[in-house]
Amino acid sequence: MMCDDARLLLHAYLDNELDAAQSVAIVRHMQGCPSCAASYADYAQLREGMAHASLYRRAPDALRKSWSAEKPAVIAPPAARPRRAPFALAMAAGLAAAVIIGTPLWFTTHRAGDTSQWANEAISSHIRSMQPQHLMDVVSTDQHTVKPWFDGKLDFSPRVKDLAGEGFPLVGGRLDALGGRSVAALIFKRHLHVINLYQWPVSSGEVAESTTQWHGYNAIQWTTDRMHFVAVSDVSESELHQFVLAFQNDSVTPLMR
Amino acid sequence: MPATISNNASFEAIVVPYLDAAYNLARWLSRDDADAQDIAQEAMLRAFRYFGSFRGGDARVWLLAIVRNTFYSLRAKAADAMHETFDDDTHALIDEQPSPEARALMSVDIQSLQVALESLPHPLREVIVLRELEECSYKEIASITGQKIGTVMSRLARARERLKAELSSSSTEARRHDVR
Repeated sequence: MMCDDARLLLHAYLDNELDAAQSVAIVRHMQGCPSCAASYADYAQLREGMAHASLYRRAPDALRKSWSAEKPAVIAPPAARPRRAPFALAMAAGLAAAVIIGTPLWFTTHRAGDTSQWANEAISSHIRSMQPQHLMDVVSTDQHTVKPWFDGKLDFSPRVKDLAGEGFPLVGGRLDALGGRSVAALIFKRHLHVINLYQWPVSSGEVAESTTQWHGYNAIQWTTDRMHFVAVSDVSESELHQFVLAFQNDSVTPLMR
Repeated sequence: MPATISNNASFEAIVVPYLDAAYNLARWLSRDDADAQDIAQEAMLRAFRYFGSFRGGDARVWLLAIVRNTFYSLRAKAADAMHETFDDDTHALIDEQPSPEARALMSVDIQSLQVALESLPHPLREVIVLRELEECSYKEIASITGQKIGTVMSRLARARERLKAELSSSSTEARRHDVR
């Protein structure tokens, strides 16, 4: 065997990819060729270096969390906000394409239960919003800051109120997308928990509350005054219900319209 | 929705365990934490969506191929300026005979190894990451990257030679630094 052949084959030998005959040939060559043997020792040392655990990048918790439990099918991307152009733009394009591809599948499999469809999507969106940098577009505890922020970003005016007095302080707002349409998301806190309240206009008038549960998340949705609301959180169902009542209760804080 | 539920359950059992592998590859290809997270997330969504077309076999290889495609397709959209063509001929094996001196100068510390890895061109970086960090066989790498086994082998050799040269020169510089 010549050094030229050995230079390629010693890698395959190091990687345990050679058959017995080739292995014997390369070992023989190295026995008689100090320079190839030295090379081999270097690459073996390199391999040991690369085995160092810190070079292996494990998935961050946020990513792991969003895939650790069985999840409802995630289709709608978060509203594309160019976080880091141009890569973010490419991401947006990629996601948009993915939505187009994904949508028919979604509708064929989930058309059956319209209500649970919204709940599933809202829960997916809630989980996504928990990822770093995804939660809030506007950070404010002041409803008079949050509400105007939505102006011009949506084709409707969302209802915004602070429920700090009831133990659910408003902390911010976000544009989001559910089922292919833009929706307003208000973010409230309950102790250390986050509640996302999604809303968008619908044609139907009043629909009574319904509750969906999924792996520790609760979603309550209702329609009032041609506006559909979905509240999602990991707080208990009774606490989420309390939140919904507080939001629906006009007498507590004058509702901004 | 029973079909969907069982689909979810098996996706969780078959694909999700390779989330770390997906992120690791995405991170080494993109060299950026936030981009890697976006790529891995997008790749997982694609995998979830196309899980119906997964016909058994090695789910890790299947997922890693999706991660790689996701990275390249997003990157191609990101900027033409970032395009990097790889010509196997211009990256021919470095023609130097390893001398005992050169060997003594190679220092494998994690910091410089990481820098050296990140400075490799993508086609070389992906094979070495798949081989050394994911411990894929040549056959698996060939299947993930859609290349011939011979190409995988020669690119691996090139990747290692480049790393070795990089590590040797950086340790030479360090020595020069010490002298001054």
